[in-house]
Amino acid sequence: MPKVKIDGKEYDVADGTTIMHACEDAGAEIPRFCYHDRLSIAGNCRMCLVEVKGAPKPQASCAMSVNDLRPGPNGEPPEIFTNTPYVKKAREGVMEFMLINHPLDCPICDQGGECDLQDQAVGYGISKNRFHEDKRAVEDPYIGPLVKTMMTRCIKCTRCVRFTTEVGGVEELGATGRGEDIEITTYLQAAMHSELQGNVIDLCPVGALTSAAYEFKARPWELRKTETIDVMDALGSNIRVDARGREVLRIVPRTNDAINEEWISDKSRFIWDGLNARRLDRPYVRKDGKLVEASWDEAFAAITDKVKATTPEKIGAIAGDLAGAEEMFALKTLMESLGSQNIDCRVDGSQFDPAQGRASYLFNSSIADIEEADMLMIIGSNPRLEAPVLNARIRKRSLAGNFPIALIGEAADLTYDYLHLGDDAEALEKFVTHKRAKAKKPMFIIGPGAFARKDGGAILAMAARAALALGVVNEDWNGFNILHSAAARVAGLDLGLVPGDEGSDAIEMTKGSVDVLFNLGADELTIKDGPFVIYQGSHGDRGAHRADVILPAATYTEKSAIYVNTEGRPQMTTKASFPPGDAKEDWAILRALSDKLGKALLFDTIEQLRAKMFEAAPHLAELGAIAPADTAGIETLAKRKRKPRKAPFENSINDFYMTNPIARASKVMNTCSDLRYNAVKQAAE
Amino acid sequence: MLADKDRIFTNLYGLHDIGLKGAMMRGAWDGTKKMIEMGRDGIINEIKASGLRGRGGAGFPTGLKWSFMPREIGERPHYLVVNADESEPGTCKDREILRHDPHLLIEGALVAGFSMGAHVAVIYVRGEFIREREALERAVAEAYEAKLIGKNNKHGWDFDVIVHHGAGAYICGEETAMLESIEGKKGQPRMKPPFPANVGLYGAPTTVNNVESIAVTPTIIRRGAAWFDALGPERNSGTKLFCISGHVNNPCNVEEEMGIPFRELIDKHCGGMRGGWDNLKAVIPGGSSVRCVPADQIIDTPMCFDTLMALKSGLGTAAVIVMDQSTDMVKIIARLAHFYKHESCGQCTPCREGTGWMWRILMRMSEGRAEKREIDMLLDVSKQIEGHTICALGDAAAWPVQGLITHFRHEIEAKIDAYAANPDKDGEVTEKMVMEAAE
Repeated sequence: MPKVKIDGKEYDVADGTTIMHACEDAGAEIPRFCYHDRLSIAGNCRMCLVEVKGAPKPQASCAMSVNDLRPGPNGEPPEIFTNTPYVKKAREGVMEFMLINHPLDCPICDQGGECDLQDQAVGYGISKNRFHEDKRAVEDPYIGPLVKTMMTRCIKCTRCVRFTTEVGGVEELGATGRGEDIEITTYLQAAMHSELQGNVIDLCPVGALTSAAYEFKARPWELRKTETIDVMDALGSNIRVDARGREVLRIVPRTNDAINEEWISDKSRFIWDGLNARRLDRPYVRKDGKLVEASWDEAFAAITDKVKATTPEKIGAIAGDLAGAEEMFALKTLMESLGSQNIDCRVDGSQFDPAQGRASYLFNSSIADIEEADMLMIIGSNPRLEAPVLNARIRKRSLAGNFPIALIGEAADLTYDYLHLGDDAEALEKFVTHKRAKAKKPMFIIGPGAFARKDGGAILAMAARAALALGVVNEDWNGFNILHSAAARVAGLDLGLVPGDEGSDAIEMTKGSVDVLFNLGADELTIKDGPFVIYQGSHGDRGAHRADVILPAATYTEKSAIYVNTEGRPQMTTKASFPPGDAKEDWAILRALSDKLGKALLFDTIEQLRAKMFEAAPHLAELGAIAPADTAGIETLAKRKRKPRKAPFENSINDFYMTNPIARASKVMNTCSDLRYNAVKQAAE
Repeated sequence: MLADKDRIFTNLYGLHDIGLKGAMMRGAWDGTKKMIEMGRDGIINEIKASGLRGRGGAGFPTGLKWSFMPREIGERPHYLVVNADESEPGTCKDREILRHDPHLLIEGALVAGFSMGAHVAVIYVRGEFIREREALERAVAEAYEAKLIGKNNKHGWDFDVIVHHGAGAYICGEETAMLESIEGKKGQPRMKPPFPANVGLYGAPTTVNNVESIAVTPTIIRRGAAWFDALGPERNSGTKLFCISGHVNNPCNVEEEMGIPFRELIDKHCGGMRGGWDNLKAVIPGGSSVRCVPADQIIDTPMCFDTLMALKSGLGTAAVIVMDQSTDMVKIIARLAHFYKHESCGQCTPCREGTGWMWRILMRMSEGRAEKREIDMLLDVSKQIEGHTICALGDAAAWPVQGLITHFRHEIEAKIDAYAANPDKDGEVTEKMVMEAAE
C-alpha cells in the first residue's frame, strides 16, 4: 500500500487509487465536471487539478494513480496539496475558461439550483468577468423527444457521450468539430435509440441536456422529494419522486449498487405525466351498458349483490402487474374468506408454482452478481426491453471481457455480441444432456418469452434440467435466473396468489370460468364477455373499459406498498402524493369492501395488515435484503417432464413504451412509441 | 560549417536518384545486417553514446526513449510509430526526407524497430503530404521487393512498414493523438501516464519518433557514435536540418552542425539577412510553438537546444523564422494564435476556450483596439492555459504570446496609443488583412 502525504498528513492508500479518491478519503474536496465514477476517465475538464510536489505542472487528479507518483529525493512519500494558492489559481483559471463562453442564463435554465457549474463557480471561481469578446453560440441538435438540448451551455465534459457509448451501448452521440467549434450532437438530428438515454440529463453537469417534459415546470427547491421504488419493470430500481403539491413533476434515480447502480430506464423516468392523465377519480357502475359515476356505497352495493347471487367457486380474482404486496395479500385473504380458490397473479400466463420453492421463480444469482458470472445464456428474453438497466449490467460485464453470451430466442440488438443458438425449445434441449460447463459461474437468464406461455412450465423444467447439467446451479453458485417483467409478480408468488387445486388460473378466468371476477389492475388481459368484472385500478385503461364496477385506486407513487423485485428483494414505496378525487389506497378499498361483503378483514391499519402478511411471508419484512432461496426448488422443477411445443420463443414486449396503463396514459411515452415503432407514420408527415 | 563528408542527408535537395539504387550508392542499406547483429542493446547503447536527441522538438534523448520499451516481447507486440505528421508552421525538413531520402528513413525504421523488438513500423504521414506519401510508398515497395524489409528479409528480422496517411490535423502530430488516429479514432491526445512505451498503439508497447530522429540512426551506427558526438557542442550532438524561412535573401533547408551561430547560419546558407543585419527584428528559432527572440539576443547565439532554452525559447524543430524590421509582431502572433485556435482538439477546457480568447484579444491588439491593462490580462490568460492541459498544445499556444509580451510589449502599447489618439484613422483592420500581412 503506497503512502502519500495529502495536505501535510500522511495516509496509506490502496494500490491503484486515483489521486482524486485519495484526496477525498483524506477529506479534501476536489471539484470536477468530466469525471464520473461509473464512466471511463476523460480527464478533459481540468477542474480537478492538484499540486504534486516536484511535478512541473498541476496534475489532473482524476486520472493519475497514486502509484505513478514519484517519492521524494530521500524516499519520503509523495506529497499532494489541494488547498495551496497554486491549486486555487489553477482552478480559478479553469473555471474562468468554463464560463467565458457559457451563456450564464441561469434564470431561464432548468438546471438552476442543481447545477454543478453554478455550485463550483461559487466555490472555486472568481467573481469578476474579464472576457469582453462575443460569446460563442451553438445550434441545438435534436436528439429525441426526451432530452432537450441547449448546447450553448455545454462545457464539453463528454459525460453524455461516454454514457451512451459505454453504458447505453449506442454509438449515436458524439463530439463533432474541434477546438472551440466542438459540438456534442447525434449529427443525424435523429432520436437516440436507447432505453437509457434519460440518464444523460442527470449526468450533464450543466443545463445543456435537460428533461424535455420537465421543461420550465419547477425549481428544485420547490419540489418535495420522496425516495421510493420504481415499478415499470421487475428490477425495483430505486427512484426519487419529486412532486409539487399533488402533482408529480419528475422522477430521478437513486443510487443502489445492488440493483440499478445510478441509472433508470426512460420508462421509469418519463412515465410521470401518465400519473396525472386518464385517472380514475371516482367509482363507476355500469348501468344499461354504460359506465356511470357512482358513490363508493353504490359501487360496493352493486358488488355485494353480484357476489351474493353466485357461489364461491364462481368468484375469481386476478392481481395485475403493478399491484403491491399489501393489496395482493388483502385480496387473497378476502378470497379465502369467501371460500374461493380462483385467484392468480400470473397474468402473463406463466406456470410458476410457489410450492416448488422460491428458487424456481427468482433471479437467484442477484443482479449485482452478473458481474461475477463467466458465461451467460439468455433464454426467451430480451433484457434490453424487459429490464434495460439490467441489460446495461450485462453489457458492463460483457465489456470487461471473457464473457461468452448465448441467446435462445428472438434475435435482437442487445447492445453486446452474443451467439444465437436458436429460437425454440429444441435449441435448449441439447443442453439437457450437455456435460458440465468449464465456466465456474455460468448463468441462465430466462425471460417471459420462454415461460409466459401455455407450455411455459415444460420449458422451465427443461431449462432447469439444462441448468443442472451445465452446472449453472452448483455448490457455491446459483445462476438459474428468472427475469420477470412485472413488478408485482414475485410478491404475488411469494404470497401464494395462485389457484388452489380446484381453482382456475388467470387465463381460464378471463375465458369465463367464473361469474364474478375481481380484477386488481390487470390491464394486460382481455376478459371475455360473461363475467361481472370489478376493476380496481388507477387508470381508465383496458381493464376499466371492460369493467362493470370501477373502484378508483392509487398508483405506486401514491401509496406505501411492498414490491418484491425479480431477485426476491422486498422494497417499500413511499407515498409521494395523494390519489386524485375519491380514489383510495388499494388495501383500504379491499378492507372496506370486505366489510360490505360481511367478511371483514382482520386489520384496520396498514401496519396491522403488514404484521399479518409478515406472518404468512416473513421474508417480506426484511426490506432491501434477499432471503436466500433453497436450490432444491430447481431440482424439483427439473423433474417435471412434459414436452414443450415447437413454437419459437417470442419477445413478450412488443412496445417498450406501452407496457402498462400508466405508460399508455403518458404523452411522452406515446411520442416515444410512435417514434420507435411507427416510423412510417412519422415519415409520412 | 558542416563539411560535406559529414552530411547525413546527401540528397536533401533531390538532385540525385531518389530510388533504391541511388540511395544505396549514397550509402543507405550498407551494413544493415551488421547493425542487426549488434543486438538490441548494442544499437541502443550506440545511440545513447552518440548523444542523439529527438528531432521532433522536445529534444528527449532518443536512445533513452528506446530503452523504455519492455525488454521481452510479451503477449502484446511492440510497435514503432514514425511521426511524419510534420505540421509545425515553419517546419519543412521531414518532407524533404520523405521526398528525397526515404530509404534512410526505412532503414532507420528497421534498425530502430529491431532495437525495441518491434516487427511493425507505422509511418504516419501528414494529410497534406500527397506526393511525399507517394514517394515514401514507392520506396517502401522497393525495399520490400529487394527483400530489405518484409517477411524473411535479408536482415533476418521480420519487419513490416505501414504507411498511414493522416487527414491533416496538426494535433495528430502529438504522439498519443497520433496513436488514436492510427487506431481510427478521433485524434485527441491521451492522458499520460500510462506512457506509450507501456500502453501505446492498440494498447501495446509503442515508441513514437520523429522522421529525422529515425532517419539519422543508420548513418550514426555506420559511422560510429563517436563521429556523431564529436559534432556540435556537448549534450547537443550531431547535425540537424534547419528550415530557414522569412526575411532572408535565400530561404532554404540545410543540414548543419548543431550549435552553429545564428549569424553564420544565415550568412553561409541564406545569403544573409534581407537589408543587412541591422534590419533583423526578431527570430522564432524553432517553429511557431517557441517564444520569439529579439535580434540582439539571438544574433550570435549558437543554435542548439540548451542555449536557446536559456533564452526562454527553444530549438524545437529548428524551423528558423526570421523577421525584419518591416514585420508587425502583433499581427504575426495574432496569426499564430489563430492557428492554435483552429488546431486545438477541443478536449481540455483551458486550450479549447483559451486559444480562441487569446486570438480575439490579439486581433484587437493588432489594430490597437484594446486597453493597456489587457496586455497583462493576456499574459495571465496565457499562463492559465500553459501547463493546464493534457498535451503540450496548450503550452505551444501560450508561448508565442508570452514571447510577444516579454519582448515586444512596447509595440502593443504603441498600437493602442495610436488607436486611442485617432480611432477612425484608416478604417477597420480586418481579419483578412492581418492574415495577408502575416503570410
